[in-house]
Amino acid sequence: MLRDITLGQYYPADSVVHKLDPRVKLFATMIYIIALFTFQGILGFAIITGMLIFMIKISKVPFSYIVKGLKAIVVLLLITAVFNLVFTPTGTEYWHWGPFHLTSTGIMNAVLMTIRLIYLIIGTSLMTLTTTPNQLTDGLEKALSPLNRIHIPVHAIAMMMSIALRFIPILIEETDKIMKAQMARGADFEDGNLIQKAKSMVPLLIPLFVSAFRRADDLAMAMEARCYSGGEGRTKMKPLRYQGTDRKAYVILIAFLVLVIVARVLLRWPQ
Amino acid sequence: MAEIILDKINYTYSDGTAYEIQALKDVNLQIHQGEFIGIIGHTGSGKSTLTQLLNGLLRASSGSIYVDGQDIYDEGYDMKALRSKVGLVFQYPDHQLFETTCFEDVCFGPKNQGLDRKDIELRAFEALRNVGFPEELFYQPPFDLSGGQKRRVAIAGVLAMKPDVLILDEPTAGLDPAGRDEILGLVSKMHRELGITILLVSHSMEDVAEYVDRIIVMNHGAVMFDALPKQVFAHYKELEAVGLAAPQVTYLVHELAERGLPVDTQATTAREAAQTILSALREKNVI
Repeated sequence: MLRDITLGQYYPADSVVHKLDPRVKLFATMIYIIALFTFQGILGFAIITGMLIFMIKISKVPFSYIVKGLKAIVVLLLITAVFNLVFTPTGTEYWHWGPFHLTSTGIMNAVLMTIRLIYLIIGTSLMTLTTTPNQLTDGLEKALSPLNRIHIPVHAIAMMMSIALRFIPILIEETDKIMKAQMARGADFEDGNLIQKAKSMVPLLIPLFVSAFRRADDLAMAMEARCYSGGEGRTKMKPLRYQGTDRKAYVILIAFLVLVIVARVLLRWPQ
Repeated sequence: MAEIILDKINYTYSDGTAYEIQALKDVNLQIHQGEFIGIIGHTGSGKSTLTQLLNGLLRASSGSIYVDGQDIYDEGYDMKALRSKVGLVFQYPDHQLFETTCFEDVCFGPKNQGLDRKDIELRAFEALRNVGFPEELFYQPPFDLSGGQKRRVAIAGVLAMKPDVLILDEPTAGLDPAGRDEILGLVSKMHRELGITILLVSHSMEDVAEYVDRIIVMNHGAVMFDALPKQVFAHYKELEAVGLAAPQVTYLVHELAERGLPVDTQATTAREAAQTILSALREKNVI
């Protein structure tokens, strides 16, 4: 049931992308998002599409697996598209009724926004698909470590993030088990009106909270038993170090961003 | 009264992804009314999956399950009715206790069956009595109880729905030896007195040897043995090879037989072993 959500779930494979330093991938995601929202015209779009296809290809994650993740945001996409379509009053008008307009700019915006969102989800989920949560927080901690100087507890934030991420699958599994245990006693989580549905959540939420608090308690105890005392003086077993491929990746990324910006300046068609 | 037939059941987790695991392979089983069956297998052998298929919480990837001659995968089959017929008690009672008092918690099942308040309370009361739960704890919150008492409340919670078949998934996990014996004794008593079919899932032969009249051994998602305890334990060497062990007395009587004492190697319980050893010694005029 709940296991079927693939959006951003790590997909184990042996590829160049999987082996990249997580900092590179964080940076790449940022560059990709910037490119996605600065590009204009068909040429920039082609470059981004090419890059995305290339990345998916070398990541060895099956395309169908990535697309499955898109299912979760279909509703969001539809709403965005419809709003852009009927609420843009500028451009050549084809049809209007009350506050609703159908214009050339509106159609353009709707298409563009939908493409941007789809690309955004595919691109960012490619990062989480190829990076384990632990690598991700490791990368984040290292990348943000300069902020330590202005007294932002980067280590604590990264630790909280990795614990939170670590607990998601555990809590999902736990929810699954509790749901089954209550369904075995005749509980019904699907039928009924809104109030009945909310009420039917009680037998699910109480055991879940009880167990989450117990787990948090146990974890804190286990960490203290191993002398955890925050980031001060803490070293890593496998410190992150840039390799040759990481440097190449940085070069490719910068080149990619420059290309997208150049394309925006040179060829703006169509607007 | 329930008669369950499993026909060529296959089950695959996360079908079509990188995490694909085949949990059950071509499982054929027949469970008769009133049987007391032990399902044994080590972690990951598919025994928990099997139990969840039996009351429709999971749907088999292929194959059919017939309960009282009806295919439970037929369209319009009443799954809710199946779940009151085949009761399943999960391993950890913490996964189901949620009400403010033990009594209210046990009422949850019958309430979902749509009974009226009087019947619900009657059933809850009866179920708690049947599991030997002390009356002074009836109106205490279930969260502060000991492991053994929590387990009793959890079993009562399912028993209150009056199932024909009761499946217990590792009911002794995490209990001390005394608590373990109490729960197993209780299960055996329920089988005798209430006449319900019981499926006891466990990874310990010792747990089940004394009580059940049929053992199903699961290994890598397939049924490895399905026979009387004596017959299954006769294969104790094969059981060892798959990471399971026969009860200690099986080893003892085999060892004694090898050393020339004419004992009956089919003894599975401590009492039987003691008897056969005594009679063998008498035969040899040692005592």
